[in-house]
Amino acid sequence: MTDQAVAREVGRSRLRKEDARLITGQTNWTDNIQVTGLLQLAVLRSPMAHARIGRVDVSPALDRPGVVAAFSGADLADGLGSLPCAWPVTEDIVLPGHPPIAVDEVRHAGDPVAVVVARDRYLAADALEAIEVDYEPLPPVLDLEAALADDAPLVHADKGTNRSYVWPLATGESFAAVRERAEVTVKRRYHQQRLIPNAMEPRAVVVTPLAASGEYTVYSATQIPHILRIMLATVTGVPEHKLRVIAPDVGGGFGSKLQVYGEEAIALAVARRLGRPVKWTESRSEGYLATHHGRGMIQDVEVAATREGRLLGLKVDLIADMGAYLMLVTPGIPILGAFMYPGIYKMDAYEFTCTGVFTTRTPTDAYRGAGRPEATFAIERIMDELAAELGLDPVELRRRNWIRHEEFPYTTIAGLTYDSGDYEAATDKALALFGYDGLRAEQRERNARGDTVRLGIGVSTFTEMCGLAPSRVLRDLRYGAGGWEAASIRMLPTGKVEVVTGTSPHGQGHETCWSQIAADVLGVPFEDVEVVHGDTRSAPQGMDTYGSRSLAVGGEAVHRAATRVVDKARKVAAHLLEASEQDLDFTDGVFSVKGSPEARRTIQEIAFETFSSHDLPDGMEPTINAEYLVDPENFSYPHGTHLCAVEVDTETGMARIRSYVCVDDVGRVVNPMIVEGQVHGGLAQGIAQALYEEAVYDDEGNLVSGTMTDYLVPSAVDLPDFVTDRTETPAASNALGVKGVGEAGTIASTPAVVNAVVDALRPFGVLDVRMPCTPERIWQAVRSAAAGKEAAA
Amino acid sequence: MIPAAFEYTRPESVDEAVRALAAAGDEAKVLAGGQSLLPLLRLRLAFPELVVDVGRIPALRGVREDGGTLVIGALTTHHDVLRDPLVRRHAGLLAAATQTVADPAVRHRGTLGGSLAHADPAGDLPAVVLALDGELVVAGPNGRRTVAAGDFFVDYLQSALAPDELLVEVRLPKTDGWGFHYEKFHRVAQAYAIVGVAALVRRDDGRIAEARVGLTNMGSTPLRAVAAERALAGADGPDAVARAAELAAEGTRPPQDVSASPEYRTHLARVLTRRAVLAATEAR
Amino acid sequence: MTHIKVNVDGTVYEDDVEPRLLLAHYLRDRLGLTGTPIGCDTSNCGACTVDLDGATVKSCSVLAVQADGSEVTTVQGLARNGELTALQRAFHELHALQCGYCTPGMIMAARDLLRENPRPGPDEVRHALEGNLCRCTGYQNIVRAVLAASGQDTARSGQETAQEVRA
Repeated sequence: MTDQAVAREVGRSRLRKEDARLITGQTNWTDNIQVTGLLQLAVLRSPMAHARIGRVDVSPALDRPGVVAAFSGADLADGLGSLPCAWPVTEDIVLPGHPPIAVDEVRHAGDPVAVVVARDRYLAADALEAIEVDYEPLPPVLDLEAALADDAPLVHADKGTNRSYVWPLATGESFAAVRERAEVTVKRRYHQQRLIPNAMEPRAVVVTPLAASGEYTVYSATQIPHILRIMLATVTGVPEHKLRVIAPDVGGGFGSKLQVYGEEAIALAVARRLGRPVKWTESRSEGYLATHHGRGMIQDVEVAATREGRLLGLKVDLIADMGAYLMLVTPGIPILGAFMYPGIYKMDAYEFTCTGVFTTRTPTDAYRGAGRPEATFAIERIMDELAAELGLDPVELRRRNWIRHEEFPYTTIAGLTYDSGDYEAATDKALALFGYDGLRAEQRERNARGDTVRLGIGVSTFTEMCGLAPSRVLRDLRYGAGGWEAASIRMLPTGKVEVVTGTSPHGQGHETCWSQIAADVLGVPFEDVEVVHGDTRSAPQGMDTYGSRSLAVGGEAVHRAATRVVDKARKVAAHLLEASEQDLDFTDGVFSVKGSPEARRTIQEIAFETFSSHDLPDGMEPTINAEYLVDPENFSYPHGTHLCAVEVDTETGMARIRSYVCVDDVGRVVNPMIVEGQVHGGLAQGIAQALYEEAVYDDEGNLVSGTMTDYLVPSAVDLPDFVTDRTETPAASNALGVKGVGEAGTIASTPAVVNAVVDALRPFGVLDVRMPCTPERIWQAVRSAAAGKEAAA
Repeated sequence: MIPAAFEYTRPESVDEAVRALAAAGDEAKVLAGGQSLLPLLRLRLAFPELVVDVGRIPALRGVREDGGTLVIGALTTHHDVLRDPLVRRHAGLLAAATQTVADPAVRHRGTLGGSLAHADPAGDLPAVVLALDGELVVAGPNGRRTVAAGDFFVDYLQSALAPDELLVEVRLPKTDGWGFHYEKFHRVAQAYAIVGVAALVRRDDGRIAEARVGLTNMGSTPLRAVAAERALAGADGPDAVARAAELAAEGTRPPQDVSASPEYRTHLARVLTRRAVLAATEAR
Repeated sequence: MTHIKVNVDGTVYEDDVEPRLLLAHYLRDRLGLTGTPIGCDTSNCGACTVDLDGATVKSCSVLAVQADGSEVTTVQGLARNGELTALQRAFHELHALQCGYCTPGMIMAARDLLRENPRPGPDEVRHALEGNLCRCTGYQNIVRAVLAASGQDTARSGQETAQEVRA
């Protein structure tokens, strides 16, 4: 066949279809939903990190005005199973039960202990204060290493240990052997602080029951309506076919809404019990306790190399903070990183272990990048340390070790096969944009002058694995489900098109991008395409949105489903034009007979002909609609080179980003404007980890950074202008040639910034600054390095 | 989060407000712009039985001159302070510091009097009014009294205002011709100052004749860096300023909190005092 | 209960409200004007920013009773007869929003800036938006959009100008 989808749309910065409602306030956030008789649910939370629950008396709350019901954990225990963990990473993992509302024991500040249901949110908040709870304090468990000691107090006493699992990986030669022959080794400990994702829309859930038929509609600010439906059926016992889950407009997620939350299950259980609709909306400070956190790891990293700077091996030991419970994919997050520690480099040995540890803190789970930022940070930071040790320029050390473009596809020491990439091209472009040599010269000059404000330059040459995920790989990793994605295309009688996707966007722009993909394949106008998503009734099949998977898997499914529509339409066209299928051209939505272009039918006309079904080929099913489920054959591997220049005031310790340049390769680009936006936002969050944000706990296990006043989300004043550019090496693993972009900026930027900070301070003898690189930590680092030098002299 | 219930009254005069406060005993809170009070109410860190909304008392708003003194109504918003030509001319330090308070929307509502009455040592304006040798005029059941800024800030979030008193005016001696600078050190735009330094410098023949230094967030109240001020008198040139600034933290008891240690704050007070005084010396 | 009369987006409403009712909840829960969202409880995020008698406020930090007798403009009152304002158009055309949750507040804050300063520099735009947090965009396109709405070049969105001055 000769037809070629003409890329009129793909590659073009189409303005977003999503924007019209968002810029005018005509939105449908979950908290906006009002239905007749709606009751407000509010949750009483533990003020203590760890305690046995004595008495819970909800009866005083029932006497408060407007209160309809109040329940303790014990009251609801009957209808609520344990919240799910879908990723038990080892066979012998310690996987404690996780009641959506605590019954006997609370295990982190913010663990739910009781709920009230009242006529409005004000009355519900008042009634919470009337509930009486007796707590018998238990020791908090906060230090990751101390938690592993034999005599440590236990988060889950019945499990006899705080160790959830140990997950090892060893490939290539033994690390001990390559260390023997190495001329240089560098070993460092890095801390990945806990982060709070801070999607701007707080979580919310509304459940409306149809009591007569036992059906429930759950509206939730979630990234995963499809997974949530299955899991809520399991947790509450409401049969799956009686549950409909809708993700309305969702205001950001970044992994924090990739979860099956207690409040979702509680709201369903309460609506079921009362037979009335209920709403729960979290406040920001409540969310800081109740919505999962990200990161939280200690990383011991060692590299072995030759004097010339050839990497021989890498050894990584992680201790990862699970928090109090294993939630949906909690234990798997560090394992997603396990394959990424070798980064873009060739080496002979790789050893990795991760120990998952319970603590009495809010559970951790996916946060933008999920395991891969931590891995990229470790390898990119220690590459700089190795470069310093060897007296090499950090970019040069990377060149000596990275996979050269002619070596793709390349199977890494961790066992992944990188399908494509061109690290040389991205790096050269980034260095030129950045003015690398000029900045190095300025840095030397300022160092020589003893300037109090030092210049530091940081580089990060990253790759990541995304587009989650090949189902067989997920099986091998003991993940509980597959990684396919679904799309179906409905050709409406008037020629308009509905694209039904299983992805569940919450800011990414799928409505726009999927329209572009479908419009190209079908040859119909962009405006004639509507994308349907986020409702398990209208978009019944899907695996949702996370892990930079939506385009590489879901977009690919749209592409293939549309191709199937064209194939079916071709049969109808051939019949109507009295030609053989082989004699038809299909261009710009028009089937025409080769050699007689006047004999033509548009695909939109075919849609009507199929609807009327008056004249279809014999035996043909009267539809050209099509569905396609894609199970990706590989991950996608975006890569890029990020460069950051910081100025560090050595008197105060303040670090300010002076310039930031990145060149990303995310394969073929569907919408450059949206890709740039994803990169910008990713950078902001990665930089925020490097410089600003940290969930701080005190010795009792209270979250000290418990409001937006104390947890420093950067504003427009605190972030620089970014210079972004791209190289384009198409992915080989999907027909579109696309790679993910949602997480790349976050993964790449954190080490670029910290490398720059440390680079600025290296003349003082500073080897590391713990994240976030606060002014005080920088000041302390300079001071201790100076004191160390004096002591040595 | 949601405030607990309270009674509400909106007096139309100072007298009426004072009567309402007196009647409520200890259980009332004054609502001016509400930019400190509302977050406290929402987090349920304050539970007043009565909220006295003074926001509609016109007499409390505005800026005027009284001889050598600038008189600013307690209800004057940060936004109005910033745009007021009299403030810029006669109390430039206040304008400079007000520019760093929170963000434009908060500055539209938040008031000078409210910031001072809240008596948060991490707030920017208490140290500024202290450095300006300001006086606060307070109305109570027995009429008005004037309290020097140095006596007004009693402890953390605690002022010299009695429960039945209302702050009505802030009186600032004009500092025409003084150099000034507010040096705020914070990690992100919206964060409170880890340390802030308000510097005023009167020069004479190139030397510093007199300097005043107010410190934000270096104790449970705003403070004056008395030892540094003394050493700055007569200082000539950056080295002398630097030496004097080394005394900036004397007599302070900086807090330990999530954003900094006392040791670091002590260090910052010295560095920032040097910078603020030098900037004030250069500026006019 | 306190009786209030408020003009919101051109419509006058009279209601008896509890004094503690936040303006944001009055707009959302009582009037059904859900275009103004709430993003925090400490007045940091600015998502709920509206215009009150000609100046922006964070509607989560104002009581409904304080708005008695006032005029409130929300994001829902900007477009007239379906005609978007220059700022709304610029946010769309320069991809200044992703999830869109902060967008109403951003647009209201930017509108306030342009009223006072019709041709702000990029750094002035950044400072004017310091009380409005966005988690998606990294702010760059928001700054560009505000510059574009003021009829200015959008190639740069700030910070680097300060660098040039220093260099």
